[in-house]
Amino acid sequence: MNPNIIELDWTQVALAVALVAVVVGVSLALSLGLTRSLLIASVRTVLQLTLIGFVLTWVFSADRWYVVIGILLVMTLVTGQAAVSRIKRRYRGVTLDAMLAMGTTAWLMGAYGVFVVIQLHEQEGARWYDPQYTIPLLGMLLGNVVNGVSLGMNRFTSGLYERRDQVEAILAMGGTRWEAARDTLCEGVAAGLTPILNAMTIVGLVSLPGMMTGQLLAGADPLQAVAYQIVIMFLIAVTATLGTLGALLLAYRRLFNERSQFLVEKLRRLA
Amino acid sequence: MFLTARNLTLQINGKRLLDGVSLDLAAGERLGICGPSGGGKTLLLRSVSLLQPCDEGEVRWLGEPVTAGHTPHYRSQVMYLPQRPALWLGTVEENLRKPLELSAHHRDHVERAPWIELLGRLGREESFLRQSADDLSGGERQMVALVRALALAPRVLLLDEPTAAMDPATEAKAEAAIKAWVDEDPARACVCISHDRRWLDHFATRITEMRAGRIVSQDTACQGVDAETP
Repeated sequence: MNPNIIELDWTQVALAVALVAVVVGVSLALSLGLTRSLLIASVRTVLQLTLIGFVLTWVFSADRWYVVIGILLVMTLVTGQAAVSRIKRRYRGVTLDAMLAMGTTAWLMGAYGVFVVIQLHEQEGARWYDPQYTIPLLGMLLGNVVNGVSLGMNRFTSGLYERRDQVEAILAMGGTRWEAARDTLCEGVAAGLTPILNAMTIVGLVSLPGMMTGQLLAGADPLQAVAYQIVIMFLIAVTATLGTLGALLLAYRRLFNERSQFLVEKLRRLA
Repeated sequence: MFLTARNLTLQINGKRLLDGVSLDLAAGERLGICGPSGGGKTLLLRSVSLLQPCDEGEVRWLGEPVTAGHTPHYRSQVMYLPQRPALWLGTVEENLRKPLELSAHHRDHVERAPWIELLGRLGREESFLRQSADDLSGGERQMVALVRALALAPRVLLLDEPTAAMDPATEAKAEAAIKAWVDEDPARACVCISHDRRWLDHFATRITEMRAGRIVSQDTACQGVDAETP
């Protein structure tokens, strides 16, 4: 138990949860029709976070590398599913592509952060898989790359579909599949990088990121909290860039075959 | 034979859209393809240009099968023009320059003279180059796409209703321009889809009819096409 932390009991948590009544009140007063969704979302927030609290307590106490890796794998799979849920035009295999791209880059950058930057394995008493570092780090990387991949894939697949005449015109005039897809792919990558670019622009001026806030609440030295935040911001930037680019390149390989044919019929609009 | 397609077959959702279609094109030919809507004419041209994946069949260019790696080069030689031409934001000239960004057509020095000459044949002045593509009529869009393709100097043009949106006067000029383009060089040829039988009679050296995904007549007159289609 950290003496610098004010411990919350469930009554205090309930005082914050009760504020959802204000949000529900606004919904009812303006007839937004969101009351049911708000209540469900509130229940999910409490249940999901409580559940992960118990899971993390178990993982921390189990202190086994395979348990930590198992949790990291589950996080990666869930993120892949979440990334494609907001893509309007999907193709068969889009979830696998998103998972592969996000998982590979987030795990690589996570490993870089843990072993090269933090050098966890060199720390006395620490283990290479220490869940205190690995789980939050990968969680932040996946949580951010999911936005990039989701926005990037959505822009790429929708853009290709909307401009299918132009894409085919380039192919028909002798363009390669790369020449036909390049502009739309670049737009997709740019769209995927927008959230992290915005975050990097305003960080510290307008917002204090969650991890830094958490460290400050836990009594950490502000400069140490800042150092960790700088590290994580750059890891996130690289993960978002490579994850989005990787996902779009995988999508490109599925939507354009070796004969430089644009397989537009693979793109189905989902409700 | 210049260009041959053998046994092109395509089935989508259980429906046979191309049913073992074969096609031969000799240098210097202007082949017309007629037939009712939904007969597979557009799919045939798209398949010959290798834009449309087929279940079966083979396309040969100058006697050789077209490999995956050579497909872009093949398409720069055997160029397909869709009925609904794709233009980009910008002026007519910017649209004519667009393919020059591709490795297949990259040039260090861009010549405007061929565009001006071709536009002149279609009754447009040089100032037309500065017009915004957004302001063009359907017929003018077809005109820009045609000039763009002709200026790239392919050896075969696959034209899908290339004059459908043009007024009669422009249509006649476009017909003359395409004919002249084919006749200028014995190593050129063209395949053209049209619903307008009379137009094909003027234009084509040979006419083939397609119905229900099959070639139903070679080198013969089409029957009843005008009556079935608008």
